[in-house]
Order: sequence, then structure tokens, then C-alpha cells
Amino acid sequence: MSELKATAASNVPHDPTQDTVWVENVSLIDRIPRAVSMALVFAAFIGVWQLSTSLGLVSAIILPTPGETFRDIIFVGKNLMSGDYMLPALWITIKEVLYGFALAIFIGFSLGVLVGETVFGERAIMPYLVAIDTMPKVAFAPLFVAWLGFGIESKVALAAFIATFPIVVGTAAGLHAADDNARMLFKTMGASRMQTLIKMKLPMGLPQIFTGLKIGAVGVMAGAITGEFLGGGKGFGELIRVAASQLQTPRVFSLILYLSLLGLALYALVTWTQRKVVFWQKDTLGGSHE
Amino acid sequence: MNGVAPNGVAQEGVAHSDVAQTTVASSGHPVYELSHVGKTYARNKVQALDDVSLTLHTGSFSSVIGSSGCGKSTLLKIMAGLIPPSSGRVVLQNDAVTGPRRDIGMMFQQATLFPWRTTVENIVLPIEIRDGRAAAEAAKERAHQLLDVVGLTGFENVYPNELSGGMAQRASICRMLITQPAVLLLDEPFSALDELSRDMMNMELQRICTEQKATAFLVTHSIAEAVILSDHIYVMKPRPGRLAEIVTVDLPRPRTLDMITTPKFGAMVDYIRGLLDKGEAL
Repeated sequence: MSELKATAASNVPHDPTQDTVWVENVSLIDRIPRAVSMALVFAAFIGVWQLSTSLGLVSAIILPTPGETFRDIIFVGKNLMSGDYMLPALWITIKEVLYGFALAIFIGFSLGVLVGETVFGERAIMPYLVAIDTMPKVAFAPLFVAWLGFGIESKVALAAFIATFPIVVGTAAGLHAADDNARMLFKTMGASRMQTLIKMKLPMGLPQIFTGLKIGAVGVMAGAITGEFLGGGKGFGELIRVAASQLQTPRVFSLILYLSLLGLALYALVTWTQRKVVFWQKDTLGGSHE
Repeated sequence: MNGVAPNGVAQEGVAHSDVAQTTVASSGHPVYELSHVGKTYARNKVQALDDVSLTLHTGSFSSVIGSSGCGKSTLLKIMAGLIPPSSGRVVLQNDAVTGPRRDIGMMFQQATLFPWRTTVENIVLPIEIRDGRAAAEAAKERAHQLLDVVGLTGFENVYPNELSGGMAQRASICRMLITQPAVLLLDEPFSALDELSRDMMNMELQRICTEQKATAFLVTHSIAEAVILSDHIYVMKPRPGRLAEIVTVDLPRPRTLDMITTPKFGAMVDYIRGLLDKGEAL
């Protein structure tokens, strides 16, 4: 090969097409397609799990085998499909999450506009919100139970309580996102404060508002389940608590899986809404503008 | 005062004594008049503007040029009705300017088109703000005509992130023109564009202003840009911001980019640069 090149170079005039093309070296691991790499990680995880149980490294009570867990996932799935006792429990949790989220959006958005739009709100209300936000909000759960009872209300309240703050912060930040040019333009057009808010500041702040909503969507799930752990009731969190107390670890795992599907669905709903509403926002970093 | 005084143009123009009297050749009557305008920012006791008097005549193109801190953006904000002057009178079409008005059109360095609105929706935004949705809908007809004027036909229903920088500024020209303002205030409108687009947009601006018989007032950093576009150039000096001289550009119209290489153009640029350097030394 090198011999051949050498003779070619000495006899023939230089031909640039014969030059080696410089190719960027991409390591083998980076060339694996996304789906395959995800499957590989999953397989490795299951493998380690299987090994640690079959080698007896971990007690079967603490960690069930992957097979057991898988069977229980199927069992819970069938139970949910057939509308057995787990479905009403799931439905209760779904209601808590949705009511909690709706409440958090309403309160969070209103407070966010108050704090982001008015000087008074920013000066007088924001410090209190920050102070409350730094508290471990889960610690309020017993209070909510004492005030609202063991029903769905106390869980909705805790879920909303946790999810409100990111929405406030997102909304307030969004209202500050408008640049000076846009503000000046609206001023020159003689826009009222309300017009400026509705036609410019709010739409411009939507990306930040949705960031707040996404963080809130995660918080609302945590709030609802924590509420169920601490305040009883008949939701999915109660099923987990009972299963754990009976050392039914496979059941705990499969219930958590279905819960995370619920969380994922809520998050996906928010993301989907964002795509539809904030259609102009580029999700790639290399957007053509800004 | 009666603004329409065809012969009294020059006298009305610059009442300020130590500024060279404008020998205004333009035919228009005064539209926009500033007399002895001053601006002091009370908080830090900075005098941003001192005794500025100028008159814009219909169909004329004027520029203001000066180093940064000479008060030209303060001047523009006062003229746009965005901030009140501390002293003096600001009169547009025989009416004192006391706030933003629909007969003032403004254009900024950034096109500032809103990404959730199509081009045409962005253009009718000033109408929507002032007269409501129905009026904005009715104004779309005119928006289409304006898009035609700036050469953006076919981009009516496109969202701004599909427009190039120059195209976006063309659209913002339409947005400025939709209310049929009596005066156009241009705040370094093309300085964010690359040089080639900038030259081209300046020629476009000249054409549009001529076609629309617009009265324009441009703030710029570029001497060449001021010379190629203007009938009159107001040279400002800093600390406190004041008018140093009014330079009349008597190059024939329409101006072309070729004129930049002519000796006359060069002499004019040199002269203004000399004025600015003197201002800097003060």
C-alpha cells in the first residue's frame, strides 16, 4: 500500500484526489444509535440485578428477582385493566394530581403576575414567598391533614402547595424576560399596561412559565404521594405503603413503575402543550435567533 | 403659530443664534419643531441636552450624529414622546408632544418582530393596540401594499424566525408606516446588520422615504450613512449634549452607493469627522 503510494508520488504529477481525506475520529461508543445504547444500559441494569439476586448477595425479601418483579408488573397491569381494586386507587391519585396541579397553576400564575408585574408585589410579597419556598414543604403535610382531614383534600392541598412555587417563579421570571426594545416599541405604540402584559410580556415569558409548569408537574406527583403516605386515604400511595409494610417488595416496585408512568404522562402533557402554544420556541440550542 | 408658512422656513428652522442658519432648500413646510429643548436628569444632575432647537420639514431627511453620550438618544426619546423634556417646546404638526403619538413612527436597532405573530400580524400591531382587532384586520389590506413597497410580497404569513435580518427590518419599516405617521424616527435602524445588507437597506430606505414622501429623522454612528441619506446633518457635541453645527448635504437625489467614492462625498465626511473630533477634545 505505502509502496504503491510512493511510486505514484514519484512518477505522476501530484493528484490532490489521491490525498487521504481527513475524517474526524468518532469513538465506537459514540456511534451506537440512541435506541441501542438505551437498550444496552437497560440490559446491563437487569443483568446486575439478576446476578445480585441469584448469587444471593441480597436477601430476596429486600430485593426481588427481575422475573418476580416483571410478573408482578403484569399482574398489576391486568388488575388495572380489569378495573379491579387498584383502578379506583389509581383514579384517586390521578384526581389528586390533576386537582393539585390545576390549583397550583391558578394560584402560582396569579401570584406570579402580581410579583412579576407590580413593584409592590416584588417588594412586599416575593420575600415571603422565597422564605416559604426554602422550608421543607413536606413538613406541612400533618397540618394539611389536621385542617382538611384524611380525604382527597389534604393531598390536593399538599400537592398544590409544593407545585405552586416553581410556577410563581417561572411566571415572574417570564414577565421580566421582555427586552428593552419590545418595551420601548409598546410604549411608542401607546399601549396600556394591560395590553403590554397580554400582548407582549406574557407571550414572551411563556418559555419560562412552561419551565415553571414542568418543575411543578414533578412536584405535584411528589406532593400527592407524600400526602397519601402521611395522611392515609385510598390512593395509590396507600397501596404502596401497605405493600411495603407486608414486605411485598415486587408489588412496591411495580406500583412505583405505574406511578412513574403517571408522572411521565403529566410531564408529557405539559411538554406537548408547550410545543403547541410556544410553537416559535426552538428546542435546539442552535436556534437561528437569540 | 401657523406651521404652514411656505416662505418662512429658514427663520422658523433654527432660532438658535450660535448655530449656523439653515439655508434650507427643501420645499416642505415645518412638521416637527423643537425650540430650546433641554433635559436634565435630576437624580445625578447630569445635563443630557442643552438648548437644542431644530425643525424638520416635510419630505426632508435629517440625521443626528455625535459621539456616544452626546445626548442623541435622549433627543430621540424626547421627540418620540417617551420622556418629557426639562425645558423647551416640542411641537409636531402644531400640537405639543406630551406622550407617544400615532403620527410618530419609530424604528429601532432590532427589528423586534414578535415570533408568535406572522409578518402581517406584526405589521398591523400598532393598529391593533390603538384601534382594536377589527381595525387591525381592516388594515391588513394596507399592510399587504406596504409589504409590496419594501419588496416582501409573499412573506405575509411567514413567522419572523424565517426572515433574515434585513427582511425583518423591512417588515419593521412596514410596521412603522402602517399608521401613516407624519415623522419617522429611526434609531440606528440597520446597525445590527452586516455591512453589505446595511448599504442595501439604506438605499431601500431612501427609496421608500421618497415614495412615501416621508419626513425622516435618523440617529446614527456612521458619518457615511448620514451623508448618503440626509439633506441635513445635525452634529452634536457631548457634555452637555448640544447642537454644534448643521451640515447641509447638497448631493443630488436619488443618491447612489457610487457617490461614496466621489471627492465631494469624501470632503463632506472629512468635514463632519473634523467637527466630531473637535467635540471630543472639548
